[in-house]
Amino acid sequence: MTIQDPKTASEIASHVEEPSQAELKAPRRSALMALGWARENLFSSAPNTLLTVLAVALLVWAVPPLLDWVLLKATFLGADPQACRDAGGACWSFIEVKHRFILFGLYPHDEHWRPLLAMGLFLSAIAISCDPRFWNLRILAVWGAALPLCGLLMWGGLFGLSFVGNDKWGGLPLTLILATLGIVLAFPLSVLLALGRRSDMPAIRAICVGYIETVRGVPLVSVLFMASIMFPLFLPEGMTIDKLLRAQLGIMLFTAAYLAEAVRGGLQALPKGQYEAADALGLSYWQKMGLIILPQALRLVIPPIVNQFISCFKDTSLVIIIGLYDLLTTAKTALSDPLWRPFYIESYVFAAFIYFLFCFFMSRYSQYLEKRLNAGLKR
Amino acid sequence: MSDPVILLDQVNKWFGAFHVLKDVSMTVGKGEKVVVCGPSGSGKSTVIRCINRLEEHQKGRILVNGIELTGDVKMIERIRKEVGMVFQSFNLFPHLTVLENLTLAPNWVKGTPVKEATETAMAYLERVRIPEQANKYPGQLSGGQQQRVAIARALCMKPKVMLFDEPTSALDPEMIKEVLDVMITLAEEGMTMVCVTHEMGFARTVADKMVFMAEGRIVESSPPAEFFSNPKTERAQQFLGQILGH
Repeated sequence: MTIQDPKTASEIASHVEEPSQAELKAPRRSALMALGWARENLFSSAPNTLLTVLAVALLVWAVPPLLDWVLLKATFLGADPQACRDAGGACWSFIEVKHRFILFGLYPHDEHWRPLLAMGLFLSAIAISCDPRFWNLRILAVWGAALPLCGLLMWGGLFGLSFVGNDKWGGLPLTLILATLGIVLAFPLSVLLALGRRSDMPAIRAICVGYIETVRGVPLVSVLFMASIMFPLFLPEGMTIDKLLRAQLGIMLFTAAYLAEAVRGGLQALPKGQYEAADALGLSYWQKMGLIILPQALRLVIPPIVNQFISCFKDTSLVIIIGLYDLLTTAKTALSDPLWRPFYIESYVFAAFIYFLFCFFMSRYSQYLEKRLNAGLKR
Repeated sequence: MSDPVILLDQVNKWFGAFHVLKDVSMTVGKGEKVVVCGPSGSGKSTVIRCINRLEEHQKGRILVNGIELTGDVKMIERIRKEVGMVFQSFNLFPHLTVLENLTLAPNWVKGTPVKEATETAMAYLERVRIPEQANKYPGQLSGGQQQRVAIARALCMKPKVMLFDEPTSALDPEMIKEVLDVMITLAEEGMTMVCVTHEMGFARTVADKMVFMAEGRIVESSPPAEFFSNPKTERAQQFLGQILGH
C-alpha cells in the first residue's frame, strides 16, 4: 500500500500496539483461560463434577503406590533376590538376570547372537514391507532374501554354524515367526475365501462357507490341539510333520477364517456400480477383482484387518498348550528358578511390555495407512 | 440395411416372479441412433443392460455383432469389448486417476501398450473437453465432468455400439448440456447408439428411431418426427403429455 491516508495510518498504529498489550496480559489471561476451561469441561454439571472428583480420587489412590513400586522402592541392576525382597518394590534385576531366557528360550546360550540377528533381519523385512512403495515384486525379493537368511541363522548347520533344532527355538523369535507367517500366509487365503463365499459357483461357495463357519465355530485352542494331537493319527505310520509347522498351519488356517469375514465386509460395502462398470469394460473376473474391487474393498476394511492381525499376534501365546516356548511361556518358565520365584509380576510386565510395543505399532501403522491410501480419495 | 449390430428377438426376462421384459424385439443397424423412453419401471434400462449381459435374459435371443449372448463367458467378454456403456451414476473407479480410468481396460483387456493407450486416452479427453483433468481423481471432478470422463472411458475401448443408461438423470440441471453436447457430437460422427433418456430435445435432434416401452413391452417404435407429432397409442400420448406438458 502506497497511499497514506490518516485513517489507515492510525489503524496500522493500533495493530502494532495490540501485540504488546496482549503480551502484557498473557500470563493473567492464560490463568483465566485455564480456569474457564476447567469450569467448562470439568465442572459443567453435577454429574460431570462428580466424575471429575472420582477421577482425581482414583489417581490419588493408584498413582503413588504404583510409582513406589515401579521406581522409588524398586531395585535395579545387580540386586540379588534378598535385596529385592528387602526393598519391597519391583525387582528389575530379575529382568537383567533372566531377559536372555525370556527373549530366546532354550536356544543355546552362546548362540544367542543368531536369533538376535535373525530377529533384526526379520523386523527389517517387516519394516520395509510396511512402506506402500514396496508393494510390488520388490517385496517378494526382500522376503526371498530375508527368510532363508533367518532360517540359516536359526537352524544353522551350514558355514560352521552349529545345528539348532526348532524344538529349541523359543521366546520372541518364535512369537514373531508364528504371528508374522501366520498373518502373511492367512491374508491371501482369506481373500480367496471371501471371494469364494461370494462366488456364483455353488460348490465353491459351499466349501468356503463351510470352512469359515467351521473354523469360526471352534476355539483356537482346539484347532491347535487337533493340529498337535489328532492330526498325526491320520498320517501314515512313520511319517511326522514338525510340531512348529503344525502350530504355524493351525494359526494360519484359523486367522484366515476370521480375516475372510472382514474382507467380505469390504466386498459388500462397494457400490454395485463398480462391479458393473468393470464388467461392462470387458474385464475378466480376476482382472475385475484384482484391479478394481479388492484395491477399494481392502482399503475400506483396514481397521478390522489390523484388528485381526493384533488378535493373531497375541493368540500365538496359546501355543503353550502344545509345548512350544513362545514369549509368554518363556516369561512363565523363567520363574521356575526357585531363587527368583516371587517376582512373577516383573516377568509378566516385561512380556506384556513387548506385546504392547508390537500391538501399538500395528495400531498406529493402520492409522497411517488409512490416511495415506485415502489421500487421493475424496468421495 | 446391412446386418444389424444389435438384434433382440422375443426377449423375455423375469425378476423372480415379476415379468420385466415381455417379447421385446428390436434391431439396431450400423450407425443408427435409438432412443428408448417410457415411464419408470417399464423395463427400458433392463433392455439395454441385457445387451451387454449385466442382466441375463431367460427367453429369446440377443445377438450383438452377429455373436449370440449365451452363458458362455468367452462370448460375453467378446461382446463387452465391442459394447461401451455409460451409467446413470458414472461408476468411475475412485481409486484411479482419470487417465488410469481410461487406460486400464484397453491395456488389460485388449493388451494395448500403456504408451499407446495413454495417447488414445488423451485424444478422447480432448474430445470430451477436459484434458486438463487427466491426473485428478474422479472425486475431484463435478458430476458433468465425471460423466464426460465415463463416456471417454467407454470410447477408449473403440466400441462398435454405445449404450447410455439415463446418462443425465443424476446430474444437476446446469451440467446436463455439457454431457448432451458430447453425445450429440458422437452421434454426428456416426457412432451406433442406444440411449435410455428422458431428454426429448436430445431425442428429437439425434434419434433415427424412438422406442417407447410400457410395462415391459415395446408399445411403439417409430421415427421421432412421427412419434412426437402423432403418437399412435394412448399410452405414448399420455407419456408425452406428461413429460412435454410443462
